[in-house]
Amino acid sequence: MRLRKVADRGVRGIFMANAVFSAVVLLGILAFLLLYGVRTFSGTSVLKFLSGTVWNPDAYGEPSYGLLPLLLGTLASTAIALIIAIPLGVASAVFISERLKGWVRVTVKTLVELFAGFPSVVLGFFGLVVLAPLIARIFHVPSGLNLLNAGVLLGLMSLPTIISVADDALRVVPHSYREAAYALGATPWTTAIRIVLPAARSGILAAIMLGFGRAVGETMVVLMVAGNAALMPKSLFDPVRTITSTIAIELGESAFGDTHFYSLFALGFVLFLLALATNLVAESLIRREKRSFTL
Amino acid sequence: MKKLLSIATLTAMVTTLVAGEVMVKGSDTMLNITQRLAEAFSATRPDITVSVAGGGSGVGINAVVNNEVQIGNASRAIKSKEISSARANGVNPVEYAIAVDGLCVITNEKNPVKKLTITQLGDIYRGKVKNWSEVGGPNKPVSLYGRQPNSGTFVFFREMAVKSEYAQSMRQMNGNSQIVEGVKADLGGIGYVGVGYVKDGGISVIELSSDGTNYSSPLDKSAVDAGTYPLARPLFQYTNGKVKGDAKAFIEFEMSPAGQKIVEEEGFFPLNKSLVEKNQGNL
Repeated sequence: MRLRKVADRGVRGIFMANAVFSAVVLLGILAFLLLYGVRTFSGTSVLKFLSGTVWNPDAYGEPSYGLLPLLLGTLASTAIALIIAIPLGVASAVFISERLKGWVRVTVKTLVELFAGFPSVVLGFFGLVVLAPLIARIFHVPSGLNLLNAGVLLGLMSLPTIISVADDALRVVPHSYREAAYALGATPWTTAIRIVLPAARSGILAAIMLGFGRAVGETMVVLMVAGNAALMPKSLFDPVRTITSTIAIELGESAFGDTHFYSLFALGFVLFLLALATNLVAESLIRREKRSFTL
Repeated sequence: MKKLLSIATLTAMVTTLVAGEVMVKGSDTMLNITQRLAEAFSATRPDITVSVAGGGSGVGINAVVNNEVQIGNASRAIKSKEISSARANGVNPVEYAIAVDGLCVITNEKNPVKKLTITQLGDIYRGKVKNWSEVGGPNKPVSLYGRQPNSGTFVFFREMAVKSEYAQSMRQMNGNSQIVEGVKADLGGIGYVGVGYVKDGGISVIELSSDGTNYSSPLDKSAVDAGTYPLARPLFQYTNGKVKGDAKAFIEFEMSPAGQKIVEEEGFFPLNKSLVEKNQGNL
């Protein structure tokens, strides 16, 4: 009996230690970003960083560190990605979970999950040599290396994540719900859309958030197809530069201890805040959801 | 079987420990040519492995400054800021030229503009000239393709042709081949790439002039040699202090007639007399 208690304590300790460890690592990274990022402001002002519309640290003349074009580039490409991926992803998940059965379902799900592990550099190459000329031809624009191209590819990238997680969420809706709906004379589609989908709302929201995270943090694809001009995006066909690709492009050449070097950590911190904000919003939505829809 | 395997791994480990390894990193423009040189060098000296990585000239110089590699490739000269941070790190960068590049300005093959002055070129990249009709071409908007700031070509072209900030609308591409791909697909496109990257069809190489009367092409060896082509530049390798050991053997091979022949095969130009003399002073 005593031995059992000791073992129980030990296991609890191990889990506790793991949880604490991941929290410490996360806080450590955050502190590191903050500590380095803050030093940017010995070379430029906070106001100029937050409201500047020109990002040109490696300038011929005066360097400028304006966050806005990069932030807007990130937000715009992610927004396009989600506009494409949410309806497509949720619809696919409903179809896979509610309509497919047996080995067909397993095969489709496996294929979707396989696509989630697709190397982004290959997708970027596809965007460069196939999608870019296609966009240029269809819309009669000089070059297809632009916001639209990046958004479409990011949408494709977040699609498998959204489908897979949303499908899992739909699957755990109790079968009794569906049976009750059928008993009332609902068709399978009505059941799927009016009963099962609302019941899985919080899980689907989580799927969308994961998809958002995938799109916002992706580097290679946008680096290859977005055109990387740090312009304030005005149209779908303008080249854009995202926060992630800026860090990837410039970290290697910025001299250690330079304002430029520190500003890249400040960018990383902004990215972190972006992810944190969306997570908090999602969390509160899910919580509200749980209150209004009790099982 | 297991024993055999472990002996094999052990031998492999020992050989890697014993054999010399030279690490080279930097300029993407110099990536292909350095890789070919490394392969040819390994054929003559199987005891030395040379590994070559890209990343851009800034990355290469930084790697030497931080003592991460023996040789840093750069398609531009080291900046004074980089020299001072190297000194602060106890590193003394020494420069060797291994080849000469005629930086090529390329446009879409269908664009009738085949000649530009350096001033026109600068105006185009400064964003002052926005339409090809302003430089004698068709009524078509110019779209600019260039490299990213970690590229030595980005810096060199800005120093030599733009002499100011690049237009913000310039697409910043991830390497020479991507610029070629972009310009090939874009009727109003203009880009700049190393001479080793223009063998493909679909693009034309612009003849440049600094005075407006004598135009020359970077594909013309005599123009690059004589320095009449305005965008000719040496390609450098940097080391910490005068190069020694295995790295020295590699650099000497690059400068040898066999090495310079590979340089020419890759589309670049061999070292001229003054560069050879400068190299000898540093060896």
